[in-house]
Amino acid sequence: MGTITLDHYIYLASALFAVGVVGVLIRRNILIMMMGIELMLNAVNILLAATSAFNGDSAGQVFVFFIMLVAAAEIAVGLAIITMIYRNTGSIDVKDYSRLKG
Amino acid sequence: MISIAFYLLTALLFSAALMVILSKNPMSSVLWMVVAFFAITGHYVLLNAQFLVVVNMVVYAGAIMVLFIYTVMLLNLSKDNDNRASLLVRLAGIVSGGLLLTVLIAALRRSTDAAVGDLAQVGATSLVGLVKPLGLALFRDFLVPFELSSALFLAALVGAVALGKKEASD
Repeated sequence: MGTITLDHYIYLASALFAVGVVGVLIRRNILIMMMGIELMLNAVNILLAATSAFNGDSAGQVFVFFIMLVAAAEIAVGLAIITMIYRNTGSIDVKDYSRLKG
Repeated sequence: MISIAFYLLTALLFSAALMVILSKNPMSSVLWMVVAFFAITGHYVLLNAQFLVVVNMVVYAGAIMVLFIYTVMLLNLSKDNDNRASLLVRLAGIVSGGLLLTVLIAALRRSTDAAVGDLAQVGATSLVGLVKPLGLALFRDFLVPFELSSALFLAALVGAVALGKKEASD
């Protein structure tokens, strides 16, 4: 199987990020689009943690910690907004949210 | 041995991530997302990032996915399950994702330093992921962002409660 270098983590994180982008682009369910955003954040987290561990610098893992904090705050507010919009429109399909345009 | 674990976790992570974005039922998407978070936690174990293992389990697989599950349950999504984009938009999305992957890999693949070693050596000897060095870095070098993040959390808490509250007229 060979050794695992930092290049493997770059391929892994790039592919996971692309999966998250495709998830946001092809789905119209806003919950699944938010999960695509979570996949992108986690791809960045994996790459930061790997470069931090391979280079022996702990700052990268502190950044991962901050990304997790911001993601938790984002999800809390985002899901509250989704619940509120669902109460007003009765749908979680983003095409029903286009009436928000001015 | 460690490379077999790496490839197994990667295969699990990608099958779970694809199931997240492809499954029709939002609840099964959420449950596959939990599987993906477990695979990511396994990657942190391989990197000997012990603090991130605990935080990833508590924050992501715990708090965030519980929030998602409660939202899916509250929204009562039995009727409108088929909400994909049109075929053209789906094709364009997949092509765009593939192009993005190509550009990312082409830009990043020669950027690493081969002298930093391989995973077997890093996982056995790396000490930066333990709680003590991370705590020292967090409270010595990143003290102001850490305190600011508590203000961010308070704002998010108040905002979520204010948004989720039912209107008095309802």
